[in-house]
Amino acid sequence: MIEARNVRKSFDGTEILKGVDISVDKGDVVAVLGPSGSGKTTLLRCLNFLERADAGTLTFDGTEYDLPTAKKSEIAAVRRKTAFVFQNYNLFLNKTVLENVTLGLTVARKMPKDEAVERAKAALERVGLGDKLSAYPFTLSGGQQQRAAIARGLAQNPEIIYFDEPTSALDPELIGEVLSVMRDLAAEGMTMIVVTHEMEFARSVSKKVVFMQNGVVVESGPSKEFFENPREERSRRFVNFILSER
Amino acid sequence: MFGSEFLERAERIIGILADSFPKLLRYGVTVTVPMTALSFTLALVIAVAVALVQYANVRGARQLCRFYIWFTRGTPLLVQLYLIFYGLPSLGIRLEAFPAAVIAIGLNEGAYMAESVRGSLESVPKGQLEAGYCVGMNYVQIMWHVVLPQAFRIAFPSLGNSLIGMLKETSLAATITIVEMFREAQIINGRVYESLWLYLEVAVIYLMFCTILSVVQRRMEKRLGTYGGVK
Repeated sequence: MIEARNVRKSFDGTEILKGVDISVDKGDVVAVLGPSGSGKTTLLRCLNFLERADAGTLTFDGTEYDLPTAKKSEIAAVRRKTAFVFQNYNLFLNKTVLENVTLGLTVARKMPKDEAVERAKAALERVGLGDKLSAYPFTLSGGQQQRAAIARGLAQNPEIIYFDEPTSALDPELIGEVLSVMRDLAAEGMTMIVVTHEMEFARSVSKKVVFMQNGVVVESGPSKEFFENPREERSRRFVNFILSER
Repeated sequence: MFGSEFLERAERIIGILADSFPKLLRYGVTVTVPMTALSFTLALVIAVAVALVQYANVRGARQLCRFYIWFTRGTPLLVQLYLIFYGLPSLGIRLEAFPAAVIAIGLNEGAYMAESVRGSLESVPKGQLEAGYCVGMNYVQIMWHVVLPQAFRIAFPSLGNSLIGMLKETSLAATITIVEMFREAQIINGRVYESLWLYLEVAVIYLMFCTILSVVQRRMEKRLGTYGGVK
């Protein structure tokens, strides 16, 4: 469904992505793992044009886009099929939970208000926030905010959801509720790319792992293989380190 | 207890104050307040436009905005009033005193307000824009629905501050032939020579107006709320 090739990105002369390939099939849950600074987040952001890659192509449902030169209309077309969940939630702070979910539908997609509200309510039910419709983000816990953000993404009816370290900003006791929502989505067949440090989640939920270090993909393959029998020395060290930490 | 001389003097002053109060108040309501309202509206339009140009980094226009802010903040309002009212006619631009004052005060305060609006825009987290893009909105839609409302809430107290400042600055319009509240106090004083009492009186009326503005500002701030956050 998605295939990105040779994605490159530098910030101020420092090369963060040194030619990364990633491919995702429909229904895949792909965990992108790696130490901090390895370029995971930048890769995800490049795929949704939140950063302009210096080089690389993205094939989405058979249409090829040149990442550095894609036009506004092409970017819009890609974003219509995707949703993005941020580490810091990024809920619209001046909008209620319900408005957060409907805003994109009514403003960007010109959906009639009733329809948008109905769809938003359904999405919020799904993440267990049916009783928080008129709450403002500031009044919610981190876990609730992140679930609202996931509902906002779901309501866009995306073909794929990008998760950028969705639990990294959360207190430990709130991580579970977010992961459980993501687990449900995976079980329902939602296609997802998840940049994460949650190894247990990567191991039990993701079908595929992409392991990155220093701006390159060191190893990618089925999760089971990666965790049980990593091929590369660097992946092995990473997995051993993770396992020894627990 | 009081000598008759003192009583006579007190009676005279009370008479002058009672006589002048409605006159001053009338100039306040019919000149000072409308001049403030018009200047503030002009300043607000300029401030938002100038702040947006800088926030969105529109090339060329941005330099122009920086120049405007630099020039306006770096020169006294009194000089600007003279430039516009007495200076521009030699370029063939002749303005009535009232519009000249509105333009000068609006341009002047607009520069300060532009900086506070720009600061407020920049204090809205960048993630708000990104989240907007990710749900399919374009720049203008995000600014209108998400960034500007939040920035306005942040800028509100300092805009209120500017409004109160402008109300007092209108007294400078007296220097370009406009009879407003302060000039009227001067005129009355020219007849009765009670500077202390008349200028105190006019000070009290300014104070009344400003107090009303502060109360209204506080009420509105409360009504605007903080989207559930703490201040």
